[in-house]
Amino acid sequence: MRKILVMLFLLVSTLTCFAENRFPKPQFEKGYTLPETTAPGPRSILLESVDVVVLLAALSLATWLVLKKRSRRGVFLLTIFSVIYFGFWKKGCICSIGAIQNVTLWLFDNQYVLPLSAAAYFILPLVFALLFGRVFCAAVCPLGTIQDLMILFPVKVPSCLAQILKLIPYVYLGLGALFAATGTAFVICRLDPFVPIFRLSGKLPILMTGIVLLLIGIFVARPYCRFLCPFSVLLNWMSKLSKWHATITPDECVKCRLCEKSCPFDAIQIPNINQVAEPRISGVHRLIMLLILLPFLAIGGGWAGSRLDVVLARENPTVRLAEAIQQNDQSELKLMVFEKEAFDGSGMKKEDLYVQAHTLRNKFRKGGWFMGGFLGVVFGCSLIGVSIKRTRDSYEPDRGACLSCARCFMSCPKEHQRIKKLNQVNC
Amino acid sequence: MPGTCKGMQTELTKPQSRRDFIRGILRNVFLAVLACFGGTVILRKVCLKADGADHGKACSGCPDLVRCKSPYSWLARPVSTRRTVWQLDPAKCIQCGRCATNCVLRISAVKCVHRFEMCGYCKLCFGFFQPGADTLTSAAENQMCPTGAIRRKFIEEPYYEYTIDESLCIGCGRCVKTCGAFGNGSLILQVRHDLCVNCNECSIARNCPAGAYRRVPADEPYLFKPASQNT
Ligand code: SF4
Ligand code: SF4
Ligand code: SF4
Ligand code: SF4
Repeated sequence: MRKILVMLFLLVSTLTCFAENRFPKPQFEKGYTLPETTAPGPRSILLESVDVVVLLAALSLATWLVLKKRSRRGVFLLTIFSVIYFGFWKKGCICSIGAIQNVTLWLFDNQYVLPLSAAAYFILPLVFALLFGRVFCAAVCPLGTIQDLMILFPVKVPSCLAQILKLIPYVYLGLGALFAATGTAFVICRLDPFVPIFRLSGKLPILMTGIVLLLIGIFVARPYCRFLCPFSVLLNWMSKLSKWHATITPDECVKCRLCEKSCPFDAIQIPNINQVAEPRISGVHRLIMLLILLPFLAIGGGWAGSRLDVVLARENPTVRLAEAIQQNDQSELKLMVFEKEAFDGSGMKKEDLYVQAHTLRNKFRKGGWFMGGFLGVVFGCSLIGVSIKRTRDSYEPDRGACLSCARCFMSCPKEHQRIKKLNQVNC
Repeated sequence: MPGTCKGMQTELTKPQSRRDFIRGILRNVFLAVLACFGGTVILRKVCLKADGADHGKACSGCPDLVRCKSPYSWLARPVSTRRTVWQLDPAKCIQCGRCATNCVLRISAVKCVHRFEMCGYCKLCFGFFQPGADTLTSAAENQMCPTGAIRRKFIEEPYYEYTIDESLCIGCGRCVKTCGAFGNGSLILQVRHDLCVNCNECSIARNCPAGAYRRVPADEPYLFKPASQNT
């Protein structure tokens, strides 16, 4: 009997039939009640709405603390709250950075339903940045705040290096959006370095990256925010246009240079009014040259991006399966055994799969044009940005890069005056 | 001194430069774009699907999230207050074992679930015993489950009840495979939502060879195959 059983196993072990009524339902003689199949539900929708309300409240509080109260201590306390609430309690998902992909997927795939919370997490920080600057980064974003707490001995990143590293977020954003738009993957979530720390578990390489970034963050303040975060691209743009942005001094800048080194993110721009200005005409020449170069950079970038279609498309499981099956047919080498088994079981035709893979590659080619073109324009614009010297007559935060963290406020003598006045009024 | 006591000192007090003017225009454009986005999110489109759950009302996402037929779908795409969670379709699952190893949680959120109404209460349970089991006892070496998470209880001759101890189950699906191949298929794998942290992108979903994972509405978070198909 046992032998037969073993043979049976060997014979059919590759074959999985689903739910067959091989054995009839038992007829119990004694009273036996069938146990209920348990189905514990997910986190309630109420908690999800609470998250959105807390996000809104935290953003408003951060705005008030930075712009009205000008209190670093308040921002610091809110920072700690955000790490605990949005990080360790909410365990990361969903966050504004990842929500970029939800919104992109939603734009390109009308089968995907955007959860209201994802929409709120995407839209609220951007609206606040348009009005008040990057208050979201200052004290709300869980990824930013956990790094903020690590800033102990900030050093200055050489500015030419910083200029180059600052382009990484654009590439990351472009790739993240491309993968999301084609429904391939949410790479930004996959590579989120801090979420394993919040969850206290996760894939080892990502966890290690997170820890390394935090350690680097002791010296290079907020490395992820400045040189990786894809959401920072959008926030940077919005913040550049902001209506009420934080200022270093509450009053008029007296150019005492006291705040010069107070920003750990090198976001303070120093006045350049006394420097020898180059003749205006050469600046205009250079600008015109760069403007002519811009379309070429865009087209070149787009072409290069579209060339990457085959490589990038391989990230898509359907394309990967199609390629593996083609290879399996040609050679004896067996790839993706489980995938193949599932495919064979699904009764789908190979030709259909190949067509699907082909459509996907086309999508990647089209998307690659857009992504590459975008990166070309970004590169061109950053060249223009470097080449144009705008005159500045006071110490100001660079609105795009400033995270509104309020660290520089107390270095300004005018701020001390303001506080003294305030205390006198209170007395 | 003007503005000394005012915290929100900005260049509003300074004369407006051309730069600020352009900035203002762009800001309003972006605000308008975000407002439109917010508007579509809040207004949503009207569901035109005749048998849709929200027919005639604002779309909140169909239960099965089927492709939308609304002519406005290009304008307003489905947005839902209804959340989605990840679930695997047992009809597609091939029990490859990756559910046990690919979850972001240290012990997978995927567990074996027993649908009692489909079970044959067999004395020789294919999910419980190793193929070459010497005796039909609960000795560890006889068991299919690597962690001994299946409990076997005598009910009456010849019926035995099997229950899963989910605190021990690692979601490897070995019992599911054999029960499906030789038994009634009453054991299936499911994401347990009291454990799952609902990652924005499920880490198992992207590694599942069968494409068994999908987002399902959070108020119907399980894909148990109905027992009616079995009787
Ligand atoms: S830059 Fe990105 S990671 Fe950093 S605080 Fe802002 S949104 Fe968060
Ligand atoms: S408020 Fe802005 S400029 Fe000032 S220290 Fe913070 S990031 Fe730097
Ligand atoms: S990864 Fe997919 S095929 Fe493998 S056990 Fe899990 S659901 Fe089944
Ligand atoms: S969503 Fe995350 S926690 Fe849930 S099963 Fe998938 S990987 Fe595990």
